[in-house]
Amino acid sequence: MRALSISVAVGLFFFAGSAFAQQARLGLGTPATPEQIRGWDIDVRPDGAGLPPGKGSVEQGEKVYAEQCAACHGEKGQNPAKGFDRLVGGKGTLATPKPVQTVGSYWPYATTIFDYVNRAMPFTAPNSLTADEVYSVVAYLLYLNDIVPRQTIMDAQELKKVKMPNADGFIPDGRPDTDDLKCKANCK
Amino acid sequence: MSVSRRRILASGAVLAIGGLSSVKSGEALAGTTPPDVPEWMHEQGRPILSPAYGLPSKFEKDVVRRIREPRATDTEAFSVTPLQNLHGIITPNGLVFERHHAGVPEIAPDQHRLLIHGLVDRPLVLTMDDLLRFPAVTRIHFLECSGNSSTEWRKSGYHSVQRTHGLLSCCEWTGVPLSTILGEVGLKPDAKWILAEGADAAAMTRSVPIEKALDDALIVYAQNGEMLRPEQGYPVRLFLPGFEGNMSVKWLRRLKIGDHPWHTREETSRYTNLLANGKAYQFAFEMDVKSVVTFPNADRSFKAPGSYEISGIAWSGRGHVTRVDVSIDGGATWRQATLQGPVLDKCLTRFRLPFNWQGQPLEIQSRAYDDKGWMQPTRSSLIAARGTNPRYHFNAIQGWKVAADGVLTNAST
Repeated sequence: MRALSISVAVGLFFFAGSAFAQQARLGLGTPATPEQIRGWDIDVRPDGAGLPPGKGSVEQGEKVYAEQCAACHGEKGQNPAKGFDRLVGGKGTLATPKPVQTVGSYWPYATTIFDYVNRAMPFTAPNSLTADEVYSVVAYLLYLNDIVPRQTIMDAQELKKVKMPNADGFIPDGRPDTDDLKCKANCK
Repeated sequence: MSVSRRRILASGAVLAIGGLSSVKSGEALAGTTPPDVPEWMHEQGRPILSPAYGLPSKFEKDVVRRIREPRATDTEAFSVTPLQNLHGIITPNGLVFERHHAGVPEIAPDQHRLLIHGLVDRPLVLTMDDLLRFPAVTRIHFLECSGNSSTEWRKSGYHSVQRTHGLLSCCEWTGVPLSTILGEVGLKPDAKWILAEGADAAAMTRSVPIEKALDDALIVYAQNGEMLRPEQGYPVRLFLPGFEGNMSVKWLRRLKIGDHPWHTREETSRYTNLLANGKAYQFAFEMDVKSVVTFPNADRSFKAPGSYEISGIAWSGRGHVTRVDVSIDGGATWRQATLQGPVLDKCLTRFRLPFNWQGQPLEIQSRAYDDKGWMQPTRSSLIAARGTNPRYHFNAIQGWKVAADGVLTNAST
């Protein structure tokens, strides 16, 4: 703090009254209005923060999925077109030589499905589904993965309560973790 | 003698000589090598501004980005840098690898906005004009996709270093320290993570720890002296030196400051590292120390016995390269290579080692060390630690076999 005061004093000595004076803030940019933020603030967190109003059923989701998703991800999320993600199944495969990483077997949070489908899907028309449609397709995917029952009506309250099978499957980065990579000196 | 008459006479001479000698393809045309004076010394060359934005020589037409394998789409896709053709450490802008999740948006800079909000005192909208008024810095750093060389977990069979290691580039980046911009908005005390979001059709998002944001993170608008290429995030991108490339979000439109990570699709379903025991490393950010020999390579290798220079690149996302060893016997013995300065933090370093080939079969490897004390591991020790299921962060020693006829192949096949 004292060093800072001295440097400020020195700065004033050299640049007092000049256009080159150091400023605490540059004053660039324009204050963002709540309306501007609302239009772009689309992210959703595992605690449910960011989930919009709306709701959808498994049945509605089945329809949306058939129209918007099945062409790439396959009927019932099981047999995707080549190069596209399988969304359903894979339970019990993560610790095998051929892991099947799907929404059901791998994804730790159901809220991420909402966030991702809402921002990036369907592939040919991203960010085009209504909140109700996204809730319904999330409900359908969770139902196909045996995570929620068929009568589920998905909304913000329901979605943040969903516990995913692999929620505890993630651990902090353990690298460097090889014998060769053992730190020799001065390591963090 | 007029220029045109001289030109006609000269080309006539070329034709006459060409008719007499049988020129093998790949050899210089008769009339261009000593003692003959080539035709292009008898006439004016191409005028200036043809074209106005300069291009490589037409004889370098094969030095291009390539795809590794066809993919289901060409917008959720990637292309790889031709490392075998590059010299020094800088990747020319047209050769920087691409990894897009929804193609390359075409964004007019005056239409672009960067919104910064969340746990801040003063949420702001910045235009490109605003960003260009901030105090800028220029840094040289590599950018590596964490999926680079990931095919080697299971032995790719690729012989080209472009295919095995080409999700790697290195540029001079210019922009504004993110810490400066965060100073403008004012962080609230519980600010711990920042969500960075792109303006592409995937609205690509990653959570960035505040420590990195306040350390060396940049908001970048220029690469190698010119504005970013569209494929690199024009008009503005995040750049996190040493971190996996995916986090340096392109076409940056939004930074939201929060108290927890968001667990987006790109940091859960993707860019996590599934271990043999079924658990996965999450938030594995730094790119570990790594190196690869780029000459000899599958396109250009040793031909006749004699003098050559083995050359390659080394880098570390944790600091700078301190040493590179080269082996020609599959790792049994090692020789220390010369490092080409400047050796910079989180930057490619070129290494070189003179070599006299006697026509014997070789297995060439390189092994890098960084200033934090880390050493590049062997493939077997990496697999012993993590298995073969991870799709990211493969940094093991790469071997290239050179046969007695000079043909180079991937030693891991």
